[in-house]
Amino acid sequence: MIKAKAVKLDGKFIQNIKLVGKKLVFFAVAPVFLTSCQVPSFFAYKGSTTQAQAEYKLYTGFNLAAMIVGIFVWALILWSIFRYRRRKGDESMPAQFHEHRFIEFLYTIIPLITVLVLFYFTVITENQVDAVSTTPNVRVTIVAFQWGWEFKYMNSSGNSVIATVYGNDGGGNFSTSTVPVAYLPVGETVTVTLESLDVVHGFYVPEFNFSRYAQPGHINTFDLNIVNAGYYPGRCTQFCGVYHTEMQFGIKAVSPQKFESWLKSHSSAPTK
Amino acid sequence: MTVITPRHTKVLSGDGNRGDSVDLNHDDDLEHGHHAGPSGILKWLTSTDHKVIGISYTVTALVFFLIAGLMAEVIRVQLSAPDLHLVTQHQFDELFTMHGSLMIYLFAGPIAFGGLANYFVPLQVGAPDMAFPRLNALSYWLYLSGSLIMVSGFLAEGGAADFGWVGYAPLSNGVNSPGLGPDLWILALLLTGFSAIFTGVNIVTTVFYLRAPGMSMWRVPIFTWNMVVVGLLILIAFPVLTAALVMLFADRHFGTHIYDATHGGVPLLWQNLFWFWGHPEVYILVLPFFGILTEIIPVFSRKPLFGYKGMVFATITIAGLSTGVWAHHMFTTGAVLLPYFSLVSYLIAVPTGIKFFNWIGTMWRGSIKFDAPMLYMMGFMIVFLLGGLTGVMLASPPIDFATHDTYYVVAHFHNVIFAFALFGGLGGIHYWFPKATGRMLRETPAKIGFWFLFVGVWGMILPWYWLGLKGMPRRIATYTPNMDYGTANLIVTLSSFLIVISVALFVANVIVSLMKPVLAGDNPWDGHTLEWYTSSPPPSHNFTKLPRIRSERPVWDINHPDHRTLVGHGKNLKDPSAAS
Repeated sequence: MIKAKAVKLDGKFIQNIKLVGKKLVFFAVAPVFLTSCQVPSFFAYKGSTTQAQAEYKLYTGFNLAAMIVGIFVWALILWSIFRYRRRKGDESMPAQFHEHRFIEFLYTIIPLITVLVLFYFTVITENQVDAVSTTPNVRVTIVAFQWGWEFKYMNSSGNSVIATVYGNDGGGNFSTSTVPVAYLPVGETVTVTLESLDVVHGFYVPEFNFSRYAQPGHINTFDLNIVNAGYYPGRCTQFCGVYHTEMQFGIKAVSPQKFESWLKSHSSAPTK
Repeated sequence: MTVITPRHTKVLSGDGNRGDSVDLNHDDDLEHGHHAGPSGILKWLTSTDHKVIGISYTVTALVFFLIAGLMAEVIRVQLSAPDLHLVTQHQFDELFTMHGSLMIYLFAGPIAFGGLANYFVPLQVGAPDMAFPRLNALSYWLYLSGSLIMVSGFLAEGGAADFGWVGYAPLSNGVNSPGLGPDLWILALLLTGFSAIFTGVNIVTTVFYLRAPGMSMWRVPIFTWNMVVVGLLILIAFPVLTAALVMLFADRHFGTHIYDATHGGVPLLWQNLFWFWGHPEVYILVLPFFGILTEIIPVFSRKPLFGYKGMVFATITIAGLSTGVWAHHMFTTGAVLLPYFSLVSYLIAVPTGIKFFNWIGTMWRGSIKFDAPMLYMMGFMIVFLLGGLTGVMLASPPIDFATHDTYYVVAHFHNVIFAFALFGGLGGIHYWFPKATGRMLRETPAKIGFWFLFVGVWGMILPWYWLGLKGMPRRIATYTPNMDYGTANLIVTLSSFLIVISVALFVANVIVSLMKPVLAGDNPWDGHTLEWYTSSPPPSHNFTKLPRIRSERPVWDINHPDHRTLVGHGKNLKDPSAAS
C-alpha cells in the first residue's frame, strides 16, 4: 500500500516539475531574447585589442549561460521555500520519496553537456588570445622588477635593443611622473616578451582584458593587436612586496607613423 | 595508541537487530573510572574525550575568526575611500597576509574537521569516541600551539609574515622577506598541518572501524560521509604543503636554492606544490559544510534526503577531481597546460550541480520549517550559487586572464567562503548547539542576525565583482581618486559592518543562551541521525543504548514508525502496517 502511494505521488511529482520547469525556462530565456539585439556588457571592458575583444565575447556568452542557469536554480530554491513552507498548525506528513532515477539522470547529463559546450568555446577563444605571430611588426621585451618596469624595443629579429623606456628606481620615490609610459602602434601586431628580475609580478592592462605573470626563471611571450588609439593604464597585479601598490605603468597606443617617429626620437639615447 | 573498541559489539550479536533499540552493556568500572576524571580547567587541559576536544577546537577557531575579522575591518576602513593611510603599506601587507592565513589555516578548516566533525562524527556513527583519543588531543594542542605561533609573528622584529597567505616564492625567501615573522608563519603551518593530518587519520579510522552494528557505509549520514572524504583529501594534500614548507625553510636558512632561479632552482615549483595542496584544501574547507547543509535540509523538510547515493558519489567525484585542478590558480603563469586544467575544473560543476538539485529535491513537496538553522542554510544555497557560477567563469583561461589577481577573484572566493563558513558555519552551530550544551540558542536574534548577514554579504561581494571587472587589483594598500573605485569600496566597507553586527548578535546569543538556559531536550529538531538519540549533552561514552539501524535516518524511523524509511526499495520491508 505504501509503495503504491509513493508511485502515484511520483507521477504527480513529475507533472509538477514539468509545469514549473516550463514557467522557469520562459522566465530564464525571455530576458535573453529581449536583449538579443543588444547583449549587455556585464560591466566588463569591451576590449582594446583583438585578443581582448575575443575574451569579451566569451565573457558575455558565459554570463548569459550563467544567468540562465542561475535564474533557473534560484527560482527552484525560492519556489521550494515559498510553496513548501510549513503553515501554522499543519501537522500533515509529506510524502517520503527519496529518489527519481530519471530526473537524477537529467540533472547529471545536462550540466555535463553544458560545461562541455562552454569548454569548446573556451578552447577556441584561448587559441585566439594565446596565438603568437612569427612575423610581428614590433617586438618589445618588458622587464618587471621591484618596483617598476622596463620596456625594451627590439629590432625585427628580436636580438638587440633599439630603444628603452625605464621607470621607477625602487627607492620608493613614486609619483605619476615616474610611471613609465610605453608607446605601441595601433593596428599592428606587437609581440611582448615578459621577464622578471626578482620576484613574481603580474603584467596587467584592464582594458586589454589580459594579465600574465612576469616570473624569474620562466619567460612568457604573447601578442597584442591594439585596435583603438588612447592611453591605457596598467599595473602589477601579483603582490610583489612593499611598493606593489605603486608599481604602475601606461601604454600609449598611437598610429604606426607616430610610433615610428617616437621610436626614432628615443632610439638615439637609450637611457637607463 | 589506544584503540577504543565499541563495547556494545558483543551485545548486539544476539537478537539485537530485531528490537527497536538496544541497551548497551555497561562496564560499571569503566564508567566509574571515567567519572573520576578531572573537572573544571583540568578537564579541558587533559581530556581525550572527542566532545571536549571538539568544543575546544570550535571555540579556539571562533576566537581566531574574530581576530581575523577585526583585521579585515582595518583593511576595509583603509580602503573605504581613496588615499587613506590608516596603516602603513607594510602594516597593510601584514594585515592581509594574516587575515587570509588566520581565516584559512586557523578558522575555516579547523572549525569544521577539528570542531564540528570531532564532536559529531563519533556520535553520528554510534561510536563511544574517536579511534585514537590521545592522537586527537595531540591534534588540538598542535593546532593551538601552531596558531599562537602564527599570531606571535606580530611581536617579532620586522613584524609578521607579509607576503600574502599563499607565500609565493621567491618573495617569501630569505632575501626578499628576511626576519623572524615569516619563519614563525612557516613553523605555524607545519604544526597546524600535522594537526590536520592526525585529525584526518582519526576521522577516517573512526568511520571505517567504529560504526555501530547495522550501520553499513550506505547508512552513514552524509555529514560523516563528507568527513571521510575530507579526511582522505587531507591525507593526500597536507603532506605536500608540509614538504613545500620544509623546502622553503631550507631555502631561507640552510643555503639550498630549491625555489631560487638565479641558482638553477624553480620558483614555479612552489606554486605547483602550494596549489596541489591548495585546491584540495578548497574542498577540505567546503565539503564539511555541504555535509551540514545536507543534514539540516531533510530534518527541517521532514523528508528523507533526495538522492542519498548520488550525494555520496558527487562528494567522492568532487574530491577526486579536486586533486587534478590545482593549476587553474596558475593560468596566468603561462607555464601550465590550459585545456586540461580548464576542463577538469569545469567538470567539478557537474557533481556540485547534482548536490544543488538533490537539496532542492529534498525540499520539494516537503513541509519546511524555517527555524534558524534552516534559514541559514537557505542563505548558504542562495549565496553559494553565485560563487559557483563565477567559479565556472574563472575556470575559463581567457576570462581568468582578464580577472586574475583582481577583486573579481576576491569577490569569487569570499562569495563561496561567506556562503559556507558564515551561513553554513553559523547555521551548523545553531543546529548542533542544543546537542552539545543541552540549551537552545534564541531564535529571534539568530533570525535578525541572518538578515544582517544576508544583506551584508551581498553588499560586499557585488561591488567587489564590479571593482574586479574595472581592474582594481587585490592587495593594493590604497588607490587614487581618479580610479573611480571609491563609491564601490565605501559600499563594501559599510556592508562589512552589517556582518560585524550579525557576528556580534551571534556571540551575544551564545552568551545569553548559556547564562539563561532554555532546555533543549534530546531531540529538539526531530533529527534523523544518531546524535539525536542520546542525551543533550551526551554522556561520557556517548550512548547508553542504540536504536535499530535500518536506514540512514535511524532516529526518524524509531520516532515515526508509520513513515519509516523504505529499505531496499521496499522489498524487504517487514512492516506490520504494510501487510494490512
